[in-house]
Amino acid sequence: MEQILYAIPFLGHGLYITLLVSAIVVALSLFLGVLFGVGLVYGPWPVALMVRIFSDCIRGIPILVLIFVVYYGFPQLGLNMSSFWAAVLALTLFKTAQVIEYVRGAIGSIPRGQMEGAMSIGLVFSDRLRFVIFPQAVRRFLPPWINGVTDAIKGSALVSLLGVVDLMQAINQVIGRTYEPMPLYLLGAFIYFAINYSLSSLSRMLERRYSYIRD
Amino acid sequence: MGYHLSFNLIWRHFDKLWGGLLLSLELAIISIAIGALIGLVLAVWYVSAGRVVRAIIAAYVEFIRNVPLILLVYLVFYGLPTAIDIAYGPTTSFVLTLSLYAGAYLVEVFRSGLEAVPRGQLDAGKALGLTPWQRLIDVRLPTMTRITLPALSNTFISLFKDTSVASVIAVPELTYGAQWINFSTFRIVEVYIVTTIMYLVTGYAILFGLRQVERRFRVER
Repeated sequence: MEQILYAIPFLGHGLYITLLVSAIVVALSLFLGVLFGVGLVYGPWPVALMVRIFSDCIRGIPILVLIFVVYYGFPQLGLNMSSFWAAVLALTLFKTAQVIEYVRGAIGSIPRGQMEGAMSIGLVFSDRLRFVIFPQAVRRFLPPWINGVTDAIKGSALVSLLGVVDLMQAINQVIGRTYEPMPLYLLGAFIYFAINYSLSSLSRMLERRYSYIRD
Repeated sequence: MGYHLSFNLIWRHFDKLWGGLLLSLELAIISIAIGALIGLVLAVWYVSAGRVVRAIIAAYVEFIRNVPLILLVYLVFYGLPTAIDIAYGPTTSFVLTLSLYAGAYLVEVFRSGLEAVPRGQLDAGKALGLTPWQRLIDVRLPTMTRITLPALSNTFISLFKDTSVASVIAVPELTYGAQWINFSTFRIVEVYIVTTIMYLVTGYAILFGLRQVERRFRVER
């Protein structure tokens, strides 16, 4: 028990790295996902096709393989990066594909008449998105997106395999010293659970709140 | 950019990838079978149970869904044998983990499937004089199965991809084979090109096949 207390500052730093990786991934993928998502729905067909192929390929590959491809494969092609950024890049690719699908679903749920109405009052494309489509689509987008943040946090545990000392790797290193796997894995599971359960509860709460919207 | 692709070494060790792919599929199939059993039993129990049982089932579902799979894999393989008196190899341990994992996702699938069975069907069953057990087996479950088929095939595809995590405890599935070739031949780009294509082709082939099955059994609502 005292060994666990002794390890807590070390685990705290691991948790910080886990949250840092997740935060960067979530921020980057939100920006790229919305951009490509809009490209998928409203872009000319070559753009839409490219985004569709990107999304379907990324979602068809296990995250772990994606991480190995970026970490081992990209340096061979002249793209050198630290294990931290390789992990961030791989997880961002995975999350971006996910966000693209959320955006597609959210925008797809807005009746066509909204876009036509916005056109008829003379709004340009960016204003149509900004004032008409996005304010409505965001209510459809937010619950699954927040729930999807848990996927980034769970996926970030795989970066431990690249030697990044996140929460998962910190736990493994403490076990390497203490030889007490069970209490530490349970502690780790509890920490992940506390974070992710809060997020998924928030997602469910928002979903209920927005449930007055119908198709 | 002086990289020259050379697939010779990949083909020489292709048995590692092919055998790995077959093992990945096997792991996914066994796990979804056991997981479906767990999910079905718990879902049927959940809809008719009192508050305490519901809370316990919900705790299991929420715990599994909110913890990274890799941690569960370590927990079962390295942790559990130190706490209770069991011994198993990595493959058995992983099947156990993935089955429990699949079970947690399938409880939710089956529970909402059971609730989606139209009330009228159950009333009709009652009117025909079927016992509660007959209503469950002959009325509720067949309709539920047809309703949940799309969610089941999505879960199966996810599980197939999740089998890659088994490589961390040295289960010789596809990702492990790729890592083995990566470290012993250093044809890194080539091995990941081939591995990625294998995952994509297999995944989409299964998806396409299952969509045909779904179309055949679709419920008109």
